[in-house]
Amino acid sequence: MSLNNLTSIEAVSGRACVLRGDDIDTDRIIPARFMKDITFDAMGEHLFEDARKAAKGNHPLDDERFLGSEILVVGKNFGCGSSREHAPQALMRYGFRAFVGESFADIFEGNCCSLGLVCITLSERDAEALRESVELDPEQVVSIDVSAETVTCRAGALSGNIPKGTRDRLIKGHWNATSLLLEAEGAIDRTAEGLPYVSGY
Amino acid sequence: MSEKPAHLFEKTWRAHKVRELPGGQTQLFIGTHLVHEVTSPQAFAMLRELGLPVRFPGRTFATADHIMPTDTQARPLADPLAETMLSELERNCAESEVTFFGKESGYQGVVHVIGPELGLTVPGSTIACGDSHTSTHGAFGTIALGIGTSQVRDVLATQTLAMGELKVRRIEVTGRLRPGVYAKDVILAIIRKLGVNGGVGFAYEYAGEAVEAMSMEERMTLCNMSIEGGARCGYVNPDATTVEYLRGRRYSPEGEAFERATAEWLAMASDPDAEYDDTVSLKADEIEPSITWGIHPGHNIGVRERIPTPSEASDEERAGIEEALEYMDLDPGAPIAGTPVDVAFIGSCTNGRLSDLREAARVARTGTVQEGVRALVVPGSQEVSRQAIAEGLDEVFRKAGFDWREPGCSMCLAMNPDKLIGREICASSSNRNFKGRQGSPSGRTLLMSPAMVAAAALAGRVVDVREVL
Repeated sequence: MSLNNLTSIEAVSGRACVLRGDDIDTDRIIPARFMKDITFDAMGEHLFEDARKAAKGNHPLDDERFLGSEILVVGKNFGCGSSREHAPQALMRYGFRAFVGESFADIFEGNCCSLGLVCITLSERDAEALRESVELDPEQVVSIDVSAETVTCRAGALSGNIPKGTRDRLIKGHWNATSLLLEAEGAIDRTAEGLPYVSGY
Repeated sequence: MSEKPAHLFEKTWRAHKVRELPGGQTQLFIGTHLVHEVTSPQAFAMLRELGLPVRFPGRTFATADHIMPTDTQARPLADPLAETMLSELERNCAESEVTFFGKESGYQGVVHVIGPELGLTVPGSTIACGDSHTSTHGAFGTIALGIGTSQVRDVLATQTLAMGELKVRRIEVTGRLRPGVYAKDVILAIIRKLGVNGGVGFAYEYAGEAVEAMSMEERMTLCNMSIEGGARCGYVNPDATTVEYLRGRRYSPEGEAFERATAEWLAMASDPDAEYDDTVSLKADEIEPSITWGIHPGHNIGVRERIPTPSEASDEERAGIEEALEYMDLDPGAPIAGTPVDVAFIGSCTNGRLSDLREAARVARTGTVQEGVRALVVPGSQEVSRQAIAEGLDEVFRKAGFDWREPGCSMCLAMNPDKLIGREICASSSNRNFKGRQGSPSGRTLLMSPAMVAAAALAGRVVDVREVL
């Protein structure tokens, strides 16, 4: 990792995998027992581990039509619950670079942005159109254009939403915010001095 | 006042805004950064790799909670992975001159229990922690944000975060709660009404007579589960109750400085004519002791209600209810009362404080734990434990057949030896009933207040705590 290496993320294209269901929480994405580690290195190996075992081969990640996909299509409130970055880390290390859904939990979306992973929301109708299109033809390439906020698949170019602040950070390569935040050294100190609980009552 | 009326969120956000970032996000100063062993080691490693120091070590405080065993905490910890994580945190804190509240300090405990206990959580401040239940600190009128590890790195390096401003929804709970109904029931009722994703993009401001009447510990329970309603944070406006709680705490100002601080704190409260993005109202006297039957906290009902039937649900809810009932293996249409339980867990950042233990002990005094039920009480911190012992609560619990443990997160998320086994059903005072949350991939959780958990432990099944009290 380096502070000056800014990588712009303007688009993600690849095959997609459909994971149906709403309110899929981060405990399901990566069960807590696998977080007993001081690095993220092994997280990808345990992605959805319990859900996959429980599904006995019927989990979308074990569906060979979806193997090698880089975009995960989900439902509502994906990534709710724990703030664990282990969840997007597991998804990223498994090979996903973008998520398309009807809504995302706030912390999950923020964590994805910090890692340069794209979360884009679609209307319920368009999300269902995308899910059906990908399930019908998993070989197709799905494309996400970050600045245009669109998801293009065989069902057409679907208009979506990425919050402006997130979009800007992805496009300008400031998704890893550290260097951007460090620019404001003086202003940080001035803000701290103006706060009695920090500078003294 | 010539300024436009504002709510606490806006006043606090404004005071902590370092600058507006190019895309419109805010660079927000974080006054207090709380750190624990699970989400910080990777952040400290990234900092080292970048050659950056911790920018405000004096505003950064750490403890170990998630991985702490609750039977014995003697070093080295029996689980080598847990020992590695604890040692790593100790090393990171020592190298960065960050204050670490370990066992020897006498203040070790769940991070969201010790922050307020130490007086680190103050009105009109910002707090961040790599943990979603940071929302707990909102009880003091604080913008308290759960963050991921990359953001922990950002806060360590700059004491700031990049984030978009939230909308604010005022949730008013009018009237008074009835006996046997607790803050836990209020937040479950709010989540049931607004949904588990109803709060996405929002901060929740809790207000109204029922909230004003709550103690600080009850307000912490309320704010703790804001995240379960999808809200990034929740808060209660500071008042005399807040000020009295803070008097004499380890990090609280003293003497005249305390008086000056009090004026600052109270001035941060929302102005009476502040405008909100949304307002919602609930009647306190309609809230029942509540309990979850499904696989997320929105799946909850009053203890005298029946488990939902998919055929009677809306099209939108049906699939979720079917999935939940299949996992829980509960009968649709059956009363939730009477559901047998195998385990009872009292503790966590939601309900592991002294008043929670007192309420549970009131129930525990009335009987003994049903044969075959594993019941444990895990105080939220060493300080809670000391106070409980001073009141004799540990003896009350032991006499009734509960196991009295060392502080930690315990069975809330099972990153330590306290776990469900197989298909066990747990009556739990924690915050999440997700599939597998309590350590067994097929384990089942029924969330409820600590008093309800104690009642379930004695009866061996779900009962209405009002029949016992």
